[in-house]
Amino acid sequence: MEVKETYNGTIREVTLGVGDKAVVVGGETALSFYTFEGVMPRKPVIAFDVYDEEPADWPAPVVEPYKDVLGDPVKWALKCQNEYGADMICLQLVSTNPTGTNRGAEEAAQTVKAVADAIDIPMIVYGTANVEKDTEVLAKAAEAAQGKNVLMGPIEEDNYKTIAAAALGFQQAGATHSPIDVNMAKQLNILATQLGLNADRIIIDPTTGALGYGLEYVYSVMERLRLAALTQNDSMTQMPIINTIGKEVWKAKEVKVSTEEEPAWGDAETRGIIWEAMTAIALLMAGSDILVMRHPKAVELTRDFMALMA
Amino acid sequence: MALTGIDIFKLLPKTNCQECGVPTCLAFAMKLAAGQAELSSCPHLSDDAKAALGEASAPPIRLVTMGSGDDAFKAGGELVMFRHDKTFFNPCGYALLIDDTSGASEIDGKLKQVNESHFVRVEQDLKADMVAVKCSSGKPETFVEIIEKVKAATSLPLILMSDNPEVIHAGMAVNGEAPLIYGANKDNYEKMADLAKTHKTALAVISDNGIDGLNDLVPKIEALGVKDLVLDPGYRNPKETLQSLVYMRRGALVKKIKAFGYPTIAFPVEETSDEMMETLLAGLYTCKYGSIIVVGNLKPQYALPLYVLRQNIYTDPQRPMQVKQGIYPIGTPNENSPVLVTTNFSLTYFIVTGEVEGSRVPAWMLIQDVEGLSVMTAWAAGKFVPEKIAPFIKGSGIEEKVKHRKLVIPGYLSQMSGELDDELEGWKVEVGPREAADLPAFLKAWSA
Ligand code: B12
Ligand code: SF4
Repeated sequence: MEVKETYNGTIREVTLGVGDKAVVVGGETALSFYTFEGVMPRKPVIAFDVYDEEPADWPAPVVEPYKDVLGDPVKWALKCQNEYGADMICLQLVSTNPTGTNRGAEEAAQTVKAVADAIDIPMIVYGTANVEKDTEVLAKAAEAAQGKNVLMGPIEEDNYKTIAAAALGFQQAGATHSPIDVNMAKQLNILATQLGLNADRIIIDPTTGALGYGLEYVYSVMERLRLAALTQNDSMTQMPIINTIGKEVWKAKEVKVSTEEEPAWGDAETRGIIWEAMTAIALLMAGSDILVMRHPKAVELTRDFMALMA
Repeated sequence: MALTGIDIFKLLPKTNCQECGVPTCLAFAMKLAAGQAELSSCPHLSDDAKAALGEASAPPIRLVTMGSGDDAFKAGGELVMFRHDKTFFNPCGYALLIDDTSGASEIDGKLKQVNESHFVRVEQDLKADMVAVKCSSGKPETFVEIIEKVKAATSLPLILMSDNPEVIHAGMAVNGEAPLIYGANKDNYEKMADLAKTHKTALAVISDNGIDGLNDLVPKIEALGVKDLVLDPGYRNPKETLQSLVYMRRGALVKKIKAFGYPTIAFPVEETSDEMMETLLAGLYTCKYGSIIVVGNLKPQYALPLYVLRQNIYTDPQRPMQVKQGIYPIGTPNENSPVLVTTNFSLTYFIVTGEVEGSRVPAWMLIQDVEGLSVMTAWAAGKFVPEKIAPFIKGSGIEEKVKHRKLVIPGYLSQMSGELDDELEGWKVEVGPREAADLPAFLKAWSA
């Protein structure tokens, strides 16, 4: 009775960070958690969201754990590292958003440096997906984090030349971001590698949709990327995948609404935790290698889940 | 379904009597091969031909119906390994487990969960599908008592759980409906098969060693004439359960192993004692090939995310979820509140209304039916263009609700604002932000 699948491709291994706490992601030779027909050499890693300014719109359940550190990215990052055992930090430079505080690139770069110097776990640095502003901000950030081997993004089709070049120049890794589309993801990786960014320095950001808000699209695009990588040995789809889960989940209506506003939906905090962890589990099964998350309990559950599956 | 039209033709009467509604037996054969006709349309088939063709045209995973009427639950019938290959057809079902040794208040609490965890989202009903009653007491009279209690509270189909045929026999006597018997193992299968046949119910087959055990046991039960089976590989840890579920789905669809051509059942409730983890494992089996998923809790804070996951995974990728066309008030808008237009793609609708709600600025959302496409996809497809938007706005009734005549359109459609302005007499078109995330700032600054 032969029911095993054979695969002929392997997901690339990408190293992020430096020193003892550096992490390696990728290396799968089968669909994620299909350890009965291939190798998953390591568990996916979880990065904690850290904002470079006090977030204005986080709902209560995710404000509560961080309320003592919210205005201070360094303390915030340290709390995630020391208290919650984060594998990585994802520093989101939200303050640079032109429709928000519109902080300058220099100032953002200082925050990047301060956080990078304070922690010893690897770091992800994300802009606001504003195509023009990110070119400035991420170029400075790449410089400020020199020697730290951070993952920076999002690199988009409209700004890959500057951002991928900055990653290349300062020896950082890059996250290529495309709008839930297999061919566009592939195309952007081709462009970035043609520019000189090594394929082993790229992580795919396929755009994340939360549970109930487009999860099915990203789920299927990730499955298709993985099948292309593993069964067709398509080298431009073989990069590990990152999903920015926290950011998407904690703006969903079903997560924001309090217990009092909607008693029929049950306890709001538990509902939010499950919403985040459930999004994580679905995307883990679809091939995620780096999960960017928020609620410590959702992270703990996701880790417990991975332990059960290992 | 390996038979070609010619293979099938050889088995037909070749009289061209046309009673099947097709001019010739050959044409009928071709239609059958293409899956466009039903075998039963030809009244003249020999029994041998029926058997041969019935087998060949049977779906690779049998569709098994449990219960009846509005609450009937259908499991199986899947045709693909990955939802993007076509779609997953029959949403998995969630069954809440009730143990007959639990106290009355615990049982009442669970029945309440079954009835109260019922939501409507994107115009779909999200709810539990079955109740599993497990005989841990070993006593038929206790089992029967609890079944009666459950039946008084809900009309959902039941799963009757015991490995003792006497107990199941007692349970079936009070049940009356067509539920699922759980189930047959290698020691009791003959008696269980008998019960399933007598009561015309589905039967779960429980392996004590994964898919190998099923491969052994299923043909024996099939040989006894039971047709509606549900398969349990028998593990109670997610790692081996996942492996079995993947192998069974692939075995049935890709490797054509007949013994695996049935819906499956998984038991998160017996794989962990933590209710949060249980919900996540139910999510795992929702993604990966569980047909019936038995849980120990369906409190709304767990049930809602679980049901929404199922809704996502079982959405047809070719037919996006849609909301109805119309005027949607957000907050309590008045005659001076902003008016925004967008498409009826459920994702667009959810994101945009979510942001408008978050802004706390009351507003009127006009949702136009464009067959469920996103803003730009609908524009590219010619469905969300000035000639279509203008009559929709005019006919929507919004002119009776607001005094001003300002319409906010999605930022990505800025290039058509002039043209829409011309088409939409009496209105002024304003280009909103491209990303919905920027709507709160935009709306706070907006004035009539
Ligand atoms: C998934 C997808 C599809 C799916 C459709 C899914 C669906 N239900 O719509 C499929 C595969 C069917 C498809 C088909 C096509 N697609 Co298409 N598709 C996409 C893709 C990748 C994502 C669309 C999506 O789901 N977006 C998410 C939703 C939520 O976005 P949205 O509706 O725009 O809403 C956002 C904003 O507009 C804003 N917003 C929405 N409403 C409002 C209202 C107001 C007042 C305001 C202020 C803001 C606002 O808020 C939302 C979030 O920020 C896009 C690429 C992209 N970058 O978007 C291409 C894209 C839209 N498609 C495109 C094209 C060309 C097509 C096709 C014509 C391709 C073809 N040649 O066949 C067909 C047309 C379909 C048809 N029936 O004929 C082009 C459109 C190009 C253009 N600008 O003209 C795009 C941009 C891809 C590209 N770069 O080429 N597509
Ligand atoms: S009903 Fe049967 S016998 Fe008559 S034409 Fe159709 S296939 Fe042939």
